[in-house]
Amino acid sequence: MQKPRLRLSTVLDHVILIIGSLFMMLPVLMLLQMTSMPDLVNMKNGPGLSFGSQLDDNFLKAMLKADGFAGANTGLNMLWNSLILGFGFAIGKIVLGMMAAYAIVYFRLRFASFAFWMIFTTLLLPLEVRILPSYEIVQKLGMLNTYQGLIVPLIASATATFFFRQYFRSIPEELVEAARIDGAGPVKFFFDILVPLSRTMVAAMFIIMFVYGWNQYLWPTMITTDEGMFTLVRGIKQITQMLEGNQIPEYGRANMLALIAILPPVLIVVFFQSWFVKGLTESDK
Amino acid sequence: MAQVTLSGITKTYPNGVTAVHPASFSIPHGEFIVLVGPSGCGKSTMLRMIAGLEDISAGDLHIGARLVNHIDPADRDIAMVFQNYALYPHMSVRKNIGYGLKNRKIPQAQIDQKVAEASALLNLDDYLDRKPSQLSGGQRQRVAMGRAIVRDPALFLFDEPLSNLDAKLRNQMRIEIKALQRRLGVTSVYVTHDQVEAMTMADRIIVMNEGRIEQIGSPSEIYHSPATTFVASFMGAPPMNLLHGEILNGMAQIGDLRLAAAPKAASGAVVIGLRPEDITPDAAGPLMLDIALVEELGAHRLLHGSLLGQPISLHVSKDIAASTGPLRASFKPETLSLFAADTGVRL
Repeated sequence: MQKPRLRLSTVLDHVILIIGSLFMMLPVLMLLQMTSMPDLVNMKNGPGLSFGSQLDDNFLKAMLKADGFAGANTGLNMLWNSLILGFGFAIGKIVLGMMAAYAIVYFRLRFASFAFWMIFTTLLLPLEVRILPSYEIVQKLGMLNTYQGLIVPLIASATATFFFRQYFRSIPEELVEAARIDGAGPVKFFFDILVPLSRTMVAAMFIIMFVYGWNQYLWPTMITTDEGMFTLVRGIKQITQMLEGNQIPEYGRANMLALIAILPPVLIVVFFQSWFVKGLTESDK
Repeated sequence: MAQVTLSGITKTYPNGVTAVHPASFSIPHGEFIVLVGPSGCGKSTMLRMIAGLEDISAGDLHIGARLVNHIDPADRDIAMVFQNYALYPHMSVRKNIGYGLKNRKIPQAQIDQKVAEASALLNLDDYLDRKPSQLSGGQRQRVAMGRAIVRDPALFLFDEPLSNLDAKLRNQMRIEIKALQRRLGVTSVYVTHDQVEAMTMADRIIVMNEGRIEQIGSPSEIYHSPATTFVASFMGAPPMNLLHGEILNGMAQIGDLRLAAAPKAASGAVVIGLRPEDITPDAAGPLMLDIALVEELGAHRLLHGSLLGQPISLHVSKDIAASTGPLRASFKPETLSLFAADTGVRL
């Protein structure tokens, strides 16, 4: 048997990978360290190497303490709002994208390609570009400080439609014909064949969309003024504002909130990882 | 169970291209008919019009007594087997076979029974709960067959079902499909570009070229008396030898070499067709060949050479010693086919 040799290139690869992961992980580790120490220690010494005992206290504070006047923006409440935004955005986008792509790919509509290119140009117009008119519409519809107002304007973009269109076009024509001969009408074909076939694609889209929705900052900041509607990503800002006050800043609580805000997207990616890779690379048609 | 009648069936695409010129023929109940031709000859389009997957531009299509031009594929009482099987990848074999029945709102117990019957017939019992991706090519093709059988259709349609299989499996499945069709007695239309499949499976063959039907006939008619030079050169491997000659004084001849009496009062340039196996080496024969290449096939040998400067092939038994160089050969005059040189039509 051959002895495994330590090759220079292998060592080099690993060194690069280790440096890369440290670069990504160190800020998170620093957050974890700081949130485990009393705020006073953090104030005096800054980040250190010792690990304190305040983890549980800070966790409870982060989840249950509110800052605002109404006392509605507890961490728990903000986490809930963020989850609704993340799931609502991802699911809404997938459902809308799939249905639009289905219509464009499988039905001979007179203006199908025109409609597709109209939808496609919305890629050039993300919410940030059309934020003023969007705000005005949402405001006039009375949807400020509502979940609909939070989710619906974000859904209106072409990414999911585009991905599903490309995916549907790769499904062999013969499968559609076989289904026609088997007597599957448009609705049956969609639910019996297209949706189950697309499940890895749906999972991949779900991850991308959930993380995108979760990380939204500008739009929630614009349209939620009610503390009870704050999302986590927007709410952390509220806490760091207090760093400028004249009391000891709540480093522990703010850092803990930041960690909590990172966690759900990470978990989703970890759980769906194998589906994600499958959905974007493999086709078992 | 029914006769299928096509009258003047035509396919013209919106851009003006005619894929199928008006075609009329009828398929009696229980017949296995094979549409054969090179790619792009319109055979698949014809099949897809029968299936209802393409619109019929003109003409009438009857399955049984019913005019089905504007009837949905699902309601035409047909079943189709596709080239790449077109199995639903996410469904088990059992569900794949039963899907069409489920859509027809047939009670589950009856579906189970029909699926069991079909799987017994096709030796699929051990695979009913597998996904198509876990099956071999031949098994997938059998599942596709099963999906067709359970519907008890009036008409089976096959769109090059064997071309994705390797050569050995293709021979085996060819026999299986033919046997199954015999057993079920269902009228079948089978599209292929493989003339061996056409010859071995068909009750009748329809040879198509450039959207037109060249000839309809039994395999032996097609083979022994091709209607056109196209049919003569398409069917048979190696194809029929086509030699340019002329008719002089009622005799077909190439240069000074007189071959046979011409049938009618024909005259002028002709194409003389001779099957490679109808030419035999004969020391006293009239043909002076110059053999350039010998192909060894085991049971037979193929000799390629020339006759008066025109290429010619012979199919000889392995018992006959063969070498390159001059060779005398003879043929039976009755095996010779004559075609008009300008139109290619049999005289």
